[in-house]
Amino acid sequence: MPDIVFMLLLFFMVTTVFRQYSGLPVDLPRARRIEKLEAKKNVTNIYANLQGDISIDDKLVKTKDIATIMYQKRLDNPKLIVSLKFDRSVKMGTVTDIHEQLREADALRVNYCAKFGE
Amino acid sequence: MLLNNRQRREARIPNDSMADIAFLLLCFFLVTTSLDLDKGLQLGLPPKGEAKPIPKKNIASILINAAGEVAIDENETPILSIKDIIKRRLAENSKLIVSIKTARQTPYQVYVKVIDQVKMAEATKISIAEPEQ
Repeated sequence: MPDIVFMLLLFFMVTTVFRQYSGLPVDLPRARRIEKLEAKKNVTNIYANLQGDISIDDKLVKTKDIATIMYQKRLDNPKLIVSLKFDRSVKMGTVTDIHEQLREADALRVNYCAKFGE
Repeated sequence: MLLNNRQRREARIPNDSMADIAFLLLCFFLVTTSLDLDKGLQLGLPPKGEAKPIPKKNIASILINAAGEVAIDENETPILSIKDIIKRRLAENSKLIVSIKTARQTPYQVYVKVIDQVKMAEATKISIAEPEQ
């Protein structure tokens, strides 16, 4: 019994650390008034880093393709929430371009992913 | 001799509670893994092609320039005082819409901070304006 428990323990310890780094490595902005995202199955993550790479579902995409991809997702799941995981130092130009694409795809519920802090 | 007669106590680490400790740690990690969800500021984008004329007195326009400096209705404001200003204006006019406009060079962190402040002021109508080219 203690052995099994130890194995499970080790498993969870390892996965807790690893799961933070899927997608692109980004340094999330800090905010205080943050809310938890309720339904994880409705969430699609969009990552953007300083180099201008954009990734959806762990695949690199071009800015102009976002609308098509998100429109398809929107059709599959009308309750779609888009979680935007942008690096805190990206320029608003990039963010606005992505906003435009999302509006085009009618995916309007967004979440600016942030960490708690100043 | 008295010294030799003294009994030596054996030092041992108790083994029995090992499983309990492991269980506790297991529970801890189980709970923290599920808590490690996405957190962030939630917002609705405006639908495409919608531009409703809004009476100017109902708008608080926040402008953020490329250097990350913030102005509310053309008065320069420190980021941390946005909350109080918006709160006061909301008390005066409950129909207030907060419009946030940025430049293309504005850092994302400043934008998030401003939205954070506006949300802390309990404003629900937040509008994102397109930046100037």
